[in-house]
Amino acid sequence: MSPFSYARPTAVQEAVQLAGPHARFIAGGTNLIDLMKENVERPQRLIDITGLPLHEVADTVDGGLLIGALVSNSDLAWHPRVQHDYPLLAQAILAGASPQLRNMATTGGNLLQRTRCLYFYDTATPCNKREPGSGCSARQGLNRNHAILGASEHCIATHPSDMCVALAALQAQVHVAGPQGARQIAFADFHRLPGDQPQRDNVLADNELITAIELPAEGFAAHSHYLKVRDRESYAFALVSVAAALDIDGHVIRQARIALGGVAHKPWRNPDAEAVLIGKPATAANFRLAADLLLDGADGQGRNNFKIPLARQAVVRALTDAAQAMEAA
Amino acid sequence: MSATVKPFSVPLEAPMGLPMDRVDGHAKVTGEAQYAADFHSADLTYGWVISSPIAHGRIVDIDARAALALPGVLLVLSHLNRPELASYDESYTDADAAEGSPFRPLYNDRILYSGQPVAMVVAKTLEQARMAAAQVHIEYRSEPHQTDLNAQLGQAHKAPAELPKPRGDVSAGLARSSAKVEVEYQTPAEHHNPMEPHASTVVMQPDGGLLIYDKTQGTQNCRTYLEQVFGLEPGSVRVVAHFVGGAFGSGLRPQYQLTLAVMAALKLNRSVRLALTRQQMFTFGYRPPTVQRLTLGSDADGKLQAVKHQAIAQTSRFEDFTEHLVEWSGMLYHCDSVELDYQLVPLDVFTPLDMRAPGATSGVFALECAMDELAYAAGICPLQLRLRNYTERNQNEDKPYSSKALRECYSEGAERFGWARRTPEPRSMRDGHELLGWGVATGVWEAMQQKASARVVLDGEGRLHVSSATTDIGTGTYTVLTQIAAAAMGVDSDAVHVLIGDSSLPTAPLQGGSFTISSVGSAVQQACTALQKQLLEAAQKIEDSPFADVSRDQVVFIDGRLRLKADPTKQLALSEIVRSSGSGQMQAQVDAEPDSKKREPYATASHSAVFVEVRVDEALGIVRVSRVVSAIAAGRVVNPKTARSQILGGVVWGIGMALQEETQMDHDLGRFMNHSFAEYHVPVHADMGEIEVIFVDEQDTIVNALGSKGVGEIGLVGVAAAIANAVYHATGKRIRQLPITLDKLL
Repeated sequence: MSPFSYARPTAVQEAVQLAGPHARFIAGGTNLIDLMKENVERPQRLIDITGLPLHEVADTVDGGLLIGALVSNSDLAWHPRVQHDYPLLAQAILAGASPQLRNMATTGGNLLQRTRCLYFYDTATPCNKREPGSGCSARQGLNRNHAILGASEHCIATHPSDMCVALAALQAQVHVAGPQGARQIAFADFHRLPGDQPQRDNVLADNELITAIELPAEGFAAHSHYLKVRDRESYAFALVSVAAALDIDGHVIRQARIALGGVAHKPWRNPDAEAVLIGKPATAANFRLAADLLLDGADGQGRNNFKIPLARQAVVRALTDAAQAMEAA
Repeated sequence: MSATVKPFSVPLEAPMGLPMDRVDGHAKVTGEAQYAADFHSADLTYGWVISSPIAHGRIVDIDARAALALPGVLLVLSHLNRPELASYDESYTDADAAEGSPFRPLYNDRILYSGQPVAMVVAKTLEQARMAAAQVHIEYRSEPHQTDLNAQLGQAHKAPAELPKPRGDVSAGLARSSAKVEVEYQTPAEHHNPMEPHASTVVMQPDGGLLIYDKTQGTQNCRTYLEQVFGLEPGSVRVVAHFVGGAFGSGLRPQYQLTLAVMAALKLNRSVRLALTRQQMFTFGYRPPTVQRLTLGSDADGKLQAVKHQAIAQTSRFEDFTEHLVEWSGMLYHCDSVELDYQLVPLDVFTPLDMRAPGATSGVFALECAMDELAYAAGICPLQLRLRNYTERNQNEDKPYSSKALRECYSEGAERFGWARRTPEPRSMRDGHELLGWGVATGVWEAMQQKASARVVLDGEGRLHVSSATTDIGTGTYTVLTQIAAAAMGVDSDAVHVLIGDSSLPTAPLQGGSFTISSVGSAVQQACTALQKQLLEAAQKIEDSPFADVSRDQVVFIDGRLRLKADPTKQLALSEIVRSSGSGQMQAQVDAEPDSKKREPYATASHSAVFVEVRVDEALGIVRVSRVVSAIAAGRVVNPKTARSQILGGVVWGIGMALQEETQMDHDLGRFMNHSFAEYHVPVHADMGEIEVIFVDEQDTIVNALGSKGVGEIGLVGVAAAIANAVYHATGKRIRQLPITLDKLL
């Protein structure tokens, strides 16, 4: 751990003015503190944003929800509107971490958690994400948890969030503030693939701050399901997770969303896999078709090859459960 | 979770046999109990360990200038500036040492394994030390390393273990067998990971002596080690471990944080605290990976004709670590033709270390899975197969067991579990998209006793002070010794004060092997008997004593009083006897030894039968252990509550071993990589189904006076095999490599 200065601004503009390449925003600190202890992150300045007015959950005019970046994961999961209108998001949040961590972790911070790649956390090993140009130890090494989609020769890490997988399926918008003002980023565009810059997890500039997440009105409350497959029942990151959401009219699917977690550098979606279901009945055969399209181009690194068939099966199971969700409720 | 506690046919004298609450429970939940890194002293300094990133090679240069320039930094300790250390291996050989040359922290420039401590920063605050550690620049020269057991099997040599001689004719036995299995099992490295990380607080005493609060299972082992390694005056070191936050074997040997903390304290002539990080908890001993080949043959009735168990395990380049890995295959079932073989492969790693039920955990796993395979090959119920090969004798030693109620474990466990309703074919039980599987396995552990001493002191207020150097690693030693002393002395348990975990107290063995109660408990019992003799003699000297002419068998010690059997109105409070004796207290100390004359003709062991139900999600491969019944034969149980906790902990550990636990090594780097609790998985509550513990009635007048065999390890042995066997029954897939993660079932 290295010395750092500490600031606790009370206004968003003040916070972003303090930001820069050697500064980090800190809210719940559930990931950043660990990374600092391991010398993976060595910020010279910590900007504590918990004093910013970003703690509210508010209805939007078009029936959606605006979630302040500092709303805790626990509060969000148990918020009445999330429980009622966005059960997919509630399930995904509650599948992550532990109650203690969810009490501390924030909505904005959840988007910014770093990969769980073993090499990223151990400064004794080469890692392009931690130290660009040093190499990727995982490609030939312990890559059971790594990407099967969208990886590059420089990095095969995955994004570890559960919440983000649901947000991807729900097509949330990320509200961001910077010195030049505010902008919105579609969730699908927020995280990036590693390419030749694996040190960059997302498209935020150094001095940009997430202020809120906006959910559209459509929450697929009747037919959604979050399935997380992991090595133990709690407090484990996903090997594969699926956020499945369907809009079903009688027996015909009107709209489908499928996002995969644990398989790529970002929550993984493929418009073709969703389009193929539209106008079709909710059958296992159709779900398999969607799963095949979603996994199109999947490539294992050796120890994670099992994720490809696992993800296929998980997609079919999650869609099946989503289709039946209403009946069960 | 529940437990069946049936009255034993010959119960122990109360308060033994009662489910007494932990006497140290209040102190632990209120934070009053202090652990090694909790102790403070004036001008305490703080250490931070720097670990090697390479697996093999040499330190070329250590540049500590930047670190030393930082505020508060007092010392950067390395092989270049350490205090003088002993030269010969004997000085480093502790009570649990493996054969070879023990690791010497900061001894020279050689790197023997990845994660090796190479330097230590000492500063006025922990934060200063940690920050400075990142500023110490060390240059290494790497040399090729080998860390992959599977790739180096050809380098195996015979383990320095005394195995039972081969008996009978295995080839002939196999030739006449109608059912045969020849199978290979693999178990991975596992790290102990007690909740309390290893830590030492070394407090400099005014006379130059060292008072050391250490996380250890052997205060006297550590004391002697330090005296030898640093050439310190005998008596100048006192090691204290009143409370130990779990250990599981990790505290059997003095660990390197102790040596480093003492080095720094001697160098600076100041008090030093050094606590390892969770990541550093992966940089010393562990349960070694094994590759085990089992060859079994039986006749058509399932009677074993041949057993062959060949094991290869990993060790370090500097020590040959051995454990009782294969012996179980020669004793658990009756078989007249047995061959056991045990080899080691030295690698560029740290030496393995005894870990809860060392050897049996891995060896019985392989045996009990192979027995299950044999049951299917012979077309016999796995439980029946075990009963058909039941043995009353330990054929390794050619001795009868002092007691063995394993048959009762099988029958009571099976009944409670509902084993009779099992359908034998794999994949024959289903519930929705889950396949159900039922499996069984046997467990066994030695019932040992070691030499131990204890002192009991009765004061004028009638309080009984019981002391011994042994520790309580969370197993309930404080509580059980309280019960033993109260029963043996005839006083209320509230009057008993147990003081343990201090090298200055009467000699005790390492706390391990499930022999603490057998050893230290026997010493306490005998010390109480000796004190009772003194008390009677003192009572006889009192004027007009009603006990003047009576013998020991004419009186009883009960409720803190000495009482005449023939006339219960004639009684004296023990406190009164002490006061009348003129001294403020009366005491007795004994050195208890196993009654070897009595024990010698017998083999002694605890046994278990473990029944498991798993649910396997067929499409996703997820395994859940929904039900476990563990039936235990461990003699008489001194405290059913703490004993049950031991078994529950063992079962949960077994679930982890079967499904989750594995320290993953990157062999290119020669480094364990999943060194955190986020990535090194042990079960969480949600992974634990219903667990039921049964203690079957087992009387044993041979093993020790208590008739108690210890329960620290037996709860774990066999659990992983029962789970693996249940997974086979559920899925038809035989997974021979632990842990059974879902990818292996897809």
